[in-house]
Amino acid sequence: MDTPSVRPGPSAPRARKANLYLAAGLVMTGLAVSLGVLGLFWTPYSTTAMSVPDRFAPPSLAHPFGTDNFGRDIFSRVMQGMGTTVCISVLVVLASAAAGVLLGAFTGYFGGLLDEVVMRFTDAVNGFPSILLALVMISLLGNGRQNLILSLSIVFVPSYVRIVRSEYLRLRDADYICRARLMGVNRLRVLFVHILPNILPVLSVSLLIGLNNAILAESGMSYLGIGIQPPEASLGNMLSDAQGYLQAAPWYALAPGLSIVWLVLGFSLFGEGIRRGGV
Amino acid sequence: MRYFAKKILTLIMTLFLVSAAAFLAFQVIPGDVVTSILGTEATPEREEQLREQLGLSKPPVIRYFSWAADVLRGDLGVSYRYSKNMTEMMPVAELIGDKLPVTLYLAALSLAFILVFSIPLGVIWAKSRSRLLDAFFGVTTQAAMALPSFFLGILVTYVCGIVLHLFAPGGYVSYQKDFWGFLRYLLFPALSVAIPKIAMTARFLRNALLTELSADYVRTAYGKGCTGRRVMYCHVLRNALMPVLTFLGMIIAEIVAGSIVIEQVFGLPGIGRLLVSSVSTRDFPVVEILILYITFVVIFVYFLVDILYRVVDPRISEK
Repeated sequence: MDTPSVRPGPSAPRARKANLYLAAGLVMTGLAVSLGVLGLFWTPYSTTAMSVPDRFAPPSLAHPFGTDNFGRDIFSRVMQGMGTTVCISVLVVLASAAAGVLLGAFTGYFGGLLDEVVMRFTDAVNGFPSILLALVMISLLGNGRQNLILSLSIVFVPSYVRIVRSEYLRLRDADYICRARLMGVNRLRVLFVHILPNILPVLSVSLLIGLNNAILAESGMSYLGIGIQPPEASLGNMLSDAQGYLQAAPWYALAPGLSIVWLVLGFSLFGEGIRRGGV
Repeated sequence: MRYFAKKILTLIMTLFLVSAAAFLAFQVIPGDVVTSILGTEATPEREEQLREQLGLSKPPVIRYFSWAADVLRGDLGVSYRYSKNMTEMMPVAELIGDKLPVTLYLAALSLAFILVFSIPLGVIWAKSRSRLLDAFFGVTTQAAMALPSFFLGILVTYVCGIVLHLFAPGGYVSYQKDFWGFLRYLLFPALSVAIPKIAMTARFLRNALLTELSADYVRTAYGKGCTGRRVMYCHVLRNALMPVLTFLGMIIAEIVAGSIVIEQVFGLPGIGRLLVSSVSTRDFPVVEILILYITFVVIFVYFLVDILYRVVDPRISEK
């Protein structure tokens, strides 16, 4: 799921386009994230209350996305599911990025044996599809929300290590770092006060890409039934429920599916905007 | 030659490490296998007997080596969950045997789709001078990349299966019975795996082509009177395919992962579905063998890419 580092094409007026990407991304993610976070605390209808007469109601004013096989309001469940997915993905990205920055900083700056060991390990892990690794982790740890977050976090660490390490390697011998060392600045201070702010542009783009990968991985796992468990709503497990009722209620599958697309598209436009515009 | 020897040695080392890590990891996690097979009501004698039969009474390190030796000899062990009949346990080899071709054909078909569609698309995109076409490609590929494969699979099922009646959703014909019918059922799953990857590869190829198009040798080629077509296909495309090759190696690893999910969507009895069900029932002998197998495939693909690289660009092996 790693997006390759795409070099920008030589054409096109750069600045105006960058703003467009950034604006579109911000609007899309802003809308989705605020709806999702709201959905964790309040939804128009209960997300678990069942009502048989309302089964498979097509989208209407009362139920904008229709209702599902238990008569639950799909819009409310999508809100909650989006909130759950975003929360888990943000936690996963924060945890794995923090570990990745620590490991990447030390290995990139100091090199040596630790570097060699960590790099061989990340090379090996990086080649593997993330969902496969997460599957294996879950089979070791067992189902559940904490285990889902933990296993996804571990799985995504190597991708950050690689990026952070190469940035530290690049900046290690920069003039201002040599000056700082000459002035006798503490090593930790060099690592995290002098270098870290300078890799933030690169890091922020990879955080957004990582967020997308986390969203896709979480919903994929929940779809497979090894992530968030019903009756709690998650975009993935809603899709897997909806699949059985494609003929009777196609809107059931469309709502959570398009929400995932919306989230992922929003974050990638956002990332693209930052990358092109250079915030 | 020395290079290949080194590569093969690394391959063996990685397989050893992965298998050892997987095997030992499954030993330390809580939960007793014997209790989970027999239930809590079993007599101590029966438990002891099964423990002996599965070889669980020896320490883990010794068990790993005897397991590895068995695997090398072709004996993949028995499943904890599936049984052949009342008395015999299901050998993993038998369990996997008829599921493997399903996944392999699915992956091969997806790769074929990716190669057939992404290369022309990338070339057309790179050649396009129109702002509109460029924007169209940009938006469609971005959208296709945002589609999770399982949602795409559901969309394909709905549009092609339920609305257009091109195939029966959930249906499947065994390849032993009717090979062409089997391929027809694989067509739509393969398409669902391939579409996001086609977008990614086309995007990647387009960018590689644009970088190459601004190189000096392109001007030289035009200067000595080559047609635009000849420059594109004989000079630029060849060079641009180099980075794409590495990218394709990554894509193949992704296809394997994509087919795990897609098999679930379309109800195909491949190893992906077996892996998911074995993970949720904690059927470790099966999970271990599948991990080992997938690891082998992934490493082998990277190995092949490496060799292809040297064939396509002999300069690399001279360095």
